[in-house]
Amino acid sequence: MVVYGSLVTSSMPRQSTVQDTKQEPGDRAQAPADSGHNLESQALQAKILKKLDAFCLDVEIAATPGFTIPFGPSGAGKTTLLDCIAGLLTPDTGRISLGGRVLINAAEHLDLAPASRSVGYVFQDLALFPHLTVEQNVQYGLAHLSRPQRQERAAAALDSFRILQLGKRHTKEISGGERQRVALARALVTDPKVLLLDEPLAALDTATKSRIVDDLRRWNHAHRIPILYVTHSRDEVFALGERVLVLDRGRIVAQGTPHEVLEAPLQETIAQLAGFENIFDAQVESVHEDRGTMRCRLTGITAGTPVELETPLVRAELGSPLRVGIRAGDILLATAPPAGLSARNVLAGRIATLERRDVIVSARVDCGVEMEVHLTLAARDSLALTPDKDVWLVIKTHSCHLMRN
Amino acid sequence: MVIDWEPFWLTLQLAVIVSAILLVIGLPIAYWIAFSRSRLKFLVEAVVALPIVLPPTVLGFYVLVALGPRSPLGRWWIALTGHTLAFTFSGLVIGSILYSLPFAVQPFAASFSGVDRKLMAASATLGASPLRTFVRVVLPLSIPGLIAGTALSFAHTMGEFGVVLMVGGNIPGVTRTVSIDIYDQVQASNYAAANQTALLLLVICFGMLSVVYGLNRRTWLFSPGR
Repeated sequence: MVVYGSLVTSSMPRQSTVQDTKQEPGDRAQAPADSGHNLESQALQAKILKKLDAFCLDVEIAATPGFTIPFGPSGAGKTTLLDCIAGLLTPDTGRISLGGRVLINAAEHLDLAPASRSVGYVFQDLALFPHLTVEQNVQYGLAHLSRPQRQERAAAALDSFRILQLGKRHTKEISGGERQRVALARALVTDPKVLLLDEPLAALDTATKSRIVDDLRRWNHAHRIPILYVTHSRDEVFALGERVLVLDRGRIVAQGTPHEVLEAPLQETIAQLAGFENIFDAQVESVHEDRGTMRCRLTGITAGTPVELETPLVRAELGSPLRVGIRAGDILLATAPPAGLSARNVLAGRIATLERRDVIVSARVDCGVEMEVHLTLAARDSLALTPDKDVWLVIKTHSCHLMRN
Repeated sequence: MVIDWEPFWLTLQLAVIVSAILLVIGLPIAYWIAFSRSRLKFLVEAVVALPIVLPPTVLGFYVLVALGPRSPLGRWWIALTGHTLAFTFSGLVIGSILYSLPFAVQPFAASFSGVDRKLMAASATLGASPLRTFVRVVLPLSIPGLIAGTALSFAHTMGEFGVVLMVGGNIPGVTRTVSIDIYDQVQASNYAAANQTALLLLVICFGMLSVVYGLNRRTWLFSPGR
């Protein structure tokens, strides 16, 4: 069964994965219109097999200039991937090349030292040198230049990340966001051929984060290099928006644009990563090709009335099993039977539990199956929701995401 | 009563020379112990630590044999200088270096191991060679350990007795250190002089260690807090 054929998965031949990237190099939305560069000549290509105690990283990737986002839960192998590219870990077998230059080729026993790889790496904990000032940190990678040249280059890098005024300060005397900027400036001042970012902004608030991402984008507009931006935050994937590689237990399970991979997931691991709180087994009951929809009956319900959902049409045979994923935030909740709606799915139910999580309320509603619904605090209060209250759930057809069983 | 300053001066010279040499040869040994992935590391660590558990007389005895005219080292030294190493100040320096080696190497190695590996990785990705990483990152962040190791080897040499007696004997102005001087005075039932010398050594050592650890506390302030 094929659902949303646009996805590239690890089950496809590896060669074609690389081929795909060659044909449509990166997201070109940011590429300068007059860019005459051959993107291929700047690309990072890596085929890595690395066994570690807990798992085995086995990936093949190609990253063209612009953002590529290794995405996945912790322990998926994202940092191991970056460490192999930077030369901090040596793959058991594999080959990594950057802009046509081979960094490591296990077959030929070629393995460049990290210092010779032209890789910019911003570590998760930044690894700023605590005994040096901001300026000295940024100049660290410019030892081959004369002192005036070093000062000039470092000043330009600090300026482009808006921290020129912090030059003389020690790294402990500046804020978290400023430290991130120092780490970026230090990595980029050396003109690396690839930039590796290991969840560099994880600890920051959204506003600071987006300002730094904007500065990084601006920098990348002038210096077109591949940027591998590791994250496990779904929001960051959409904010950066280019190409995402979903890693799970050391393997690439999907790749494509965030929309392709995360909005219409094929595999349950991705679904859970993408934040589907509700995942149900289902069976195709009827297909309405004329309307572009079909009806699926949720299976595994032993008692009560069967629950059916109208879902988008996919190529699936009658009676074939699949799974339906619905985000808790996509479900509307009403305290009276709703009428005159465009949404096609209305399910009557009763609130089983209400639980406050930070600024949202998570309601579990028994409507034949138990569904998780997210509400605001204000919604809970204005509807006077309490456990055992009768409610109706409203779910749009396109909020029902189908995936392979 | 007049204090005989000669043993003090000699001991101070010995301690300064030994701790300076240990600073130089201790760094590479400590680096290897801290960062090597060799399987033989435990052997080297055990050899370096031996002087802590061995009686000084055992160590002194073997040093004496090794420096004597029948050993290759002793013969080579005689060919080079015309006299034997045993019962000379140079022999004393060699014996003291071996005796104080763990007191320098262990604090050095411990502080090197304490440097965040991510900082070394960052240095490498910024194009620095392992030597440059050592000089620019590892050493500056290990200053408290370097000071502690040097102070300990200095103090240990100031107070050593057994090795000096075995290797150096008791030659005034050449190998007669403070501790031997005190021993000599006690043997001669000259308790007042022994007390005076011992008290002075105690005050000097306490004063020096206080200064060193006091300075060390200040350096902690600009070394990494993590």
